[in-house]
Amino acid sequence: MQDRHTFRKKTVPLITMISPVTAWLILLIALPLLYILVISFCGTDDAHNIVFHFTLKNYAKLFDPTILSIYSNSLVIALLTTVICILVAYPFAYIMASTTPFRKTLMMIFLMLPFWTNSIIRLYSWRTLLGTNGYVNLLLLKIGLIQQPIEMLFTRGAVVLGMVYTLLPFMVLPLHTVIDKLDGGLHEASSDLGAKPVKTFLHITLPLTAPGIFAGSIMVFIPCLGYFFVSNLMGGGTSQLIGNVISRQFKEAFNWPYGAALAIMLILITLLLVRIYTKTGGKIDDLGVM
Amino acid sequence: MAKAIVEIKNVNKFYGDNHVVKDLDMEIYEGEFLSILGPSGCGKTTTLRMIAGFEQQTDGVITVEGERVENKEPFERNVNTVFQSYALFPHMTVHDNVAYGLKMKKVKKAEIAGRVEDALSMVRLEGFGKRYPAQLSGGQRQRVAIARAIINNPRVLLLDEPLGALDMKLRKQMQIELKNLQKQLGITFVYVTHDQEEALTMSDRIAVMSGGVLEQIGTPAEIYEKPTTKFVADFIGETNLFEAVEAHVRDDGTVCLNAEAGELTGADPRFSAAELVYLSVRPEKTLASESPVTGFSLRGTVRENIYIGTVVKSTVVLQNGQEIRVSSIAGAPVPAAGSARYIHWNPGDAVIIHSKSNTILDLMDSLDLGAYVAGGA
Repeated sequence: MQDRHTFRKKTVPLITMISPVTAWLILLIALPLLYILVISFCGTDDAHNIVFHFTLKNYAKLFDPTILSIYSNSLVIALLTTVICILVAYPFAYIMASTTPFRKTLMMIFLMLPFWTNSIIRLYSWRTLLGTNGYVNLLLLKIGLIQQPIEMLFTRGAVVLGMVYTLLPFMVLPLHTVIDKLDGGLHEASSDLGAKPVKTFLHITLPLTAPGIFAGSIMVFIPCLGYFFVSNLMGGGTSQLIGNVISRQFKEAFNWPYGAALAIMLILITLLLVRIYTKTGGKIDDLGVM
Repeated sequence: MAKAIVEIKNVNKFYGDNHVVKDLDMEIYEGEFLSILGPSGCGKTTTLRMIAGFEQQTDGVITVEGERVENKEPFERNVNTVFQSYALFPHMTVHDNVAYGLKMKKVKKAEIAGRVEDALSMVRLEGFGKRYPAQLSGGQRQRVAIARAIINNPRVLLLDEPLGALDMKLRKQMQIELKNLQKQLGITFVYVTHDQEEALTMSDRIAVMSGGVLEQIGTPAEIYEKPTTKFVADFIGETNLFEAVEAHVRDDGTVCLNAEAGELTGADPRFSAAELVYLSVRPEKTLASESPVTGFSLRGTVRENIYIGTVVKSTVVLQNGQEIRVSSIAGAPVPAAGSARYIHWNPGDAVIIHSKSNTILDLMDSLDLGAYVAGGA
């Protein structure tokens, strides 16, 4: 065995040992990323062509007050979305973990079912519901709660709603995993030692399920920064996110180098968040496929 | 001793259609070490969990210190539990685990520190306060679980097979420590186990349960020497059990019985002619002689002798195929394998067990007709 091993080491070229997965990762992820990194340091000529000469001006433009306010707007929306997702997903995941296997399956199906439809189509249905002539307004008018249709669509609230709607399963799944693993004996022990249910939740359940809350938050917060289509459909341009700016640089302004710099910045923020997550004891595996 | 601290009156517990505890009546005395012993599924853990408050009885009354507890949550009951799986809080240090109960009762911090130290030294875990449960061995975790319960000064400590996960040597050591701890604290221990040896060595009294029914409750000696049901005779220790019909009282006051294997003799103040009873004789009380003994007609052949240090265990096969176990002190003459022997005993050493009721169904059950019918169908 040992002989054959050294034989292979000496005679087989390194390139043939690259697995298809590695090749796939290099071709479709590493190389494009490298390209983005390179052009983020380049300029453009008048015809929007990329000019390969080193410059930091794209990065300097990131500190423009307008861009900074868009960053802060994105972070606020992401934060709001994450908090609301935790509040909605926690009870959902808790019930799912403690109910009968049949109901658990049912809840899981209802959670995952919308995923079989394109999220843009699903967001359009929200527009039908929330628009000025949408069903919600019609209903409220009919029962006389309001006299004038409420402007619900194209607000920051609508963007957050869209984000929560799209990203909720990513919070439920990691939460369900940790809550499901929780030893029921710990609740009994806590109760046995004199803790009322609220205290048991605060001292036992919450700390032990915190890893799931962290993992879910990462899974929700990061996509939130980039889901420009949610902002487009639900916010209608009223609420600019980093993702919107990046998409516009590539698709409308044709300033790829500047868009690249914005994208690199987003990647750095993401990496920073993941770093904080792992530093505070989070495990990459708990995030699933990112 | 006779003052009851926990009273269980006519308690039933159903899980759906499953009747797991049947008409249970039991008194647990102040300061005693009571074991609830039985095979798995006998209802012993359910009984414990009903006292703790994790399960609600379907009907009947449970009182602790004279107060009915059915409407009290576990955190309102003055009892504490040591769980089989320990159920230590993994995110807390040993100190915080042990302090948890006091913290919930809002005891002052300075007092908590002192009492935690006392509790840890009581289970010989001084200096382990800063460790986490994952850094402890099984035995150490068990001690933390005990310290976490006793620090609350419960009137009754409930222990659910607490030594089940430990290896044999550690078990033996912990048995002695638990017994000493109970004496030292002077509180009531209710100890659930399926290990009869454990129950016999540790308990003041043992409650034997089977199929949700309390078979017998009494001191270890009573349980071993005077079993009142067939189940107890069979379950506790080794025994030779005969199904027999009481025939008549002899001139010397002993009772003559007829079993399938032959004629037997026992002593029975409750003699009633033609009643079907069980007769149980422990192997160490069973004798095998070379010549027939008056009152017995149990002839058999010695199949084997097994030497296990202090005693020799012989198996004698009777003519009807029943195997009789005989233990004799090592060094005493042992019958050679293959030789013929006559089984007998001192009539006073045999225990005669009367059936609780003599309905036809019980009779069929005991004669194993049920199995016969089922097999024929």
